[in-house]
Amino acid sequence: MNTIKNVRHLLKCKEITCRELTVRFLKAAEELNPELTAYITLTREAALKTADDVDKKIQKGEELQPLEGIPFCLKDNISTKGLRTTCASRMLEDYTPIYDAAVWESLKGQNAVIIGKGNMDEFAMGSTCENSYFGGAKNPRNLGHVAGGSSGGVAAAVAGNLAVYGIGSDTGGSIRMPASFCGLVGLKPTYGAVSRRGLIAYGSSLDQIGPIAACTEDAAAVFDEICAKDPLDMTSEGSEPVSDKLTGSVRGLRIGLAKEFFDGLPESVRRPLDEAVDLYRKLGAELVELEFPLLKYVLPTYYIIACAEASSNLGRYDGLRYGHRASAFDDLNDFICRTRSEGFGQEVRRRILLGAYVLSAGYYDAYYNKAQLLRKSIKNEFSKMFSRCDVLLTPTVPVTALKSGAGMTPVQMYQTDICTCSVNIAGLPAVSLPCGHDGKGLPVGMQLIGDKFSEDVVLNASLAFERETEGSHLKTADMGVLL
Amino acid sequence: MTYEMVIGLETHVELSTKTKIFCGCTTQFGGAPNTHCCPVCTGQPGSLPVLNKSVIEYAATAGLALNCGINTQSVMARKHYVYPDLPKAYQISQYEQPLCEGGWVELSGGRRINLTRIHIEEDAGKLVHQGGAVFIDYNRGGVPLIEIVSEPDFRSAEECTEYLEKLQTILRAVGVSDCRMQEGSMRCDVNISLRPKGETKFGVRAEIKNLNSFTSVAAAIAHEFDRQEELLSAGGAVEQETRHFDADTGETSSLRGKENADDYRYFPEPDIVPVIIPEDVLQRLRDGLPELPDAKRERYISALGVPEADARLLTKYRKVSEYFEAASEGCESPKTAATFMVTQMFSLIPTEAERENWSPAVSAAQLNELVKLLEGGKLSRNIAKRVFSQMLETGKPATDFISEEDMAGFDAGALNELCLRAVAENSKSVDDYRTGKEKAIKALVGAVMRESRGRANAIEAEELLKKIIAG
Repeated sequence: MNTIKNVRHLLKCKEITCRELTVRFLKAAEELNPELTAYITLTREAALKTADDVDKKIQKGEELQPLEGIPFCLKDNISTKGLRTTCASRMLEDYTPIYDAAVWESLKGQNAVIIGKGNMDEFAMGSTCENSYFGGAKNPRNLGHVAGGSSGGVAAAVAGNLAVYGIGSDTGGSIRMPASFCGLVGLKPTYGAVSRRGLIAYGSSLDQIGPIAACTEDAAAVFDEICAKDPLDMTSEGSEPVSDKLTGSVRGLRIGLAKEFFDGLPESVRRPLDEAVDLYRKLGAELVELEFPLLKYVLPTYYIIACAEASSNLGRYDGLRYGHRASAFDDLNDFICRTRSEGFGQEVRRRILLGAYVLSAGYYDAYYNKAQLLRKSIKNEFSKMFSRCDVLLTPTVPVTALKSGAGMTPVQMYQTDICTCSVNIAGLPAVSLPCGHDGKGLPVGMQLIGDKFSEDVVLNASLAFERETEGSHLKTADMGVLL
Repeated sequence: MTYEMVIGLETHVELSTKTKIFCGCTTQFGGAPNTHCCPVCTGQPGSLPVLNKSVIEYAATAGLALNCGINTQSVMARKHYVYPDLPKAYQISQYEQPLCEGGWVELSGGRRINLTRIHIEEDAGKLVHQGGAVFIDYNRGGVPLIEIVSEPDFRSAEECTEYLEKLQTILRAVGVSDCRMQEGSMRCDVNISLRPKGETKFGVRAEIKNLNSFTSVAAAIAHEFDRQEELLSAGGAVEQETRHFDADTGETSSLRGKENADDYRYFPEPDIVPVIIPEDVLQRLRDGLPELPDAKRERYISALGVPEADARLLTKYRKVSEYFEAASEGCESPKTAATFMVTQMFSLIPTEAERENWSPAVSAAQLNELVKLLEGGKLSRNIAKRVFSQMLETGKPATDFISEEDMAGFDAGALNELCLRAVAENSKSVDDYRTGKEKAIKALVGAVMRESRGRANAIEAEELLKKIIAG
């Protein structure tokens, strides 16, 4: 398994040059991508240029920054100046941004090597990655299954050893679900911990950028590099780095278990979670039984708010300034209608319509306003739970990676977000880590939710589990670059 | 049946902050198309707005000057509509919790026009029609605006234009906007309905959008009154609709009816945290408010003895009142400087724009010097008047145009001598006067003035002449 620590060591000891390393990742990605569809765009030129810069520094004996020279995958909804950024949409198939996202600015600033732009559900809307205009990413652990959504390509790249780590975004579970399906560690930070500037918006009050990595320490290391306060994002607050605070001990940690999260869970998912709970108990954590009665309102609340914001955020794609343009049209209105009908896929159109509906005159109070009230109540309920525990333990997804082309209805699809999206509603941090498998070899993810800005607490609990199980659940697929 | 009009105004005013409301681009008017913009004000995917603090302060200052209550916490909201000049397909504005609420503007008759609210928002870009094609210029996109919403308190077009002039004067005085209608930095929507005189319920209103001059406002109201009156008199009904005013034909025409009215789908802007004005900032703004035009006018009249009409003119433009105050500084009678300005300067500076910019050839210090010479008895009023017009022509100081003779003064003996001579040399006029032609005395005064080369005091001369003739 490739970790940041290992790769950094290889570079520092000059066992491999950054250029050699980068070429290997690029080559593997070129070979495997036709099958995996982990990447939408490979950024060969940018990667090699950075690699050469890194090699020069190494030759001069200069100190490397934490992510310097490490190949990674950036989700394709994060703006990269001069590098095509598609949001996996026909609408932006040929769109090249004119500015850099804050996150890419800081990673580029320390010579992180970008292998390519990661596949995703179109505009981050989906739970399988199959809503990508370029075709869904496959799960490297079992190619007949999906990588999960929406950051499926990023997870597939990391699990398939086509990147050492990845940067995703999470609006209702889009980092944690693919991490769970692919057996990786995915961190959705506290809302405001990471700048959203340059993240192409889906649900602005829910979106958050975070790492998908092979292990907890990597996730922490990446988080530390992107958690700065950004004066150009008014909702950004920044966060303290966490790596130095991780001890791996959970003695005395209060772990909450709200039974609603476990209702109706299939045995195959339940069993590894029960074992994880036992293990935490053994490690000296205190287990607290809790209730979360509002869980049943979480999905409607989430989909009303997310779709409302999406309908607003996606209004700008009219073909006038950038993006897809209809070729045949009668007048301006017709041009915009055709451009949008052609440019957006079905799920995106569905959410725009839903969102416009819940915001429209006469329905606003019944839907959007009610959802906002529920949002407050859900936040309060979390606050209450966090007065009794430090971390909530839940499944990440009630199921393991779905079969490709399973053909679920939209509502069935939405239901897979049940455990993850309340975290976005409340703006909390949560990590998904692999805790076992379902008996068919597919990873089961465990979610640890913390109170605001307690990334250190959830990552520490994650690290404790990892160490105690000797990383036995951490596994990438037998493909790609194996260093 | 006679009808009365009921009007409410929505006035958009561009704030004169240096940079735009959500990014660092300049707000300068003009500039080659699309050179004053960036990812934020062109709505590039993923861009985020950052609220410009000085916009809040400018808008709150406007609110304070217009007697509004200022909400220490207000909320930005997205207002959705589709138009090519609006790159995000929503305008960031305020809806449920605006920055300012209440307030009023007092008209000259003492009647108050109440304000509903003032909120802050961003301006849109501009469509440019050229050679059959349409281009979009986003330079104006993101320029900060305040929208001042009045209650339906107007009953005539005159009240509307007076109110707008008043807004202009006040907002310029506090320095938050240049309010130039011709450059679009002040625009107005008119909501107008009719009702039978004496009726207290409102009629159905039409909204006339985007009027950009006082004459358009007045003409649109006049036309709309006639149109609605004709409809109602014929037993018809006014439809609630949005109308467009064509300044060339002077007529309004329907843009869209109620059934096609926009549904703006407002919701709180998730990218901008609530706008907070701390009490100490509000206090600083309150303390920093300059004397407002109404108070200034009252002071000019009561404390400085300036005639009301002159005071009105002098307080209409910020730079003019500053000039007046500098020109009358340390003078016995500030009214003198006012008279010079009103009688001799305004005619040379006829347009609104020039008056607003007020950069006359004569500096305030030069006028001040002249007034002091006059007050010191060194010059007669007539000579001072002549000197001032020479100063205005050349921009040179008073001393350049004053001869020793001018300064020589003119004592009672000299006046007596000239009057006696005038009576002796103009017997016809003397006879005319004696036979009751009062006006004939003016010819004699004229002669004295001529002879004295303007140094004599005309009033004193007239009195003395009458005495001499009466014997």
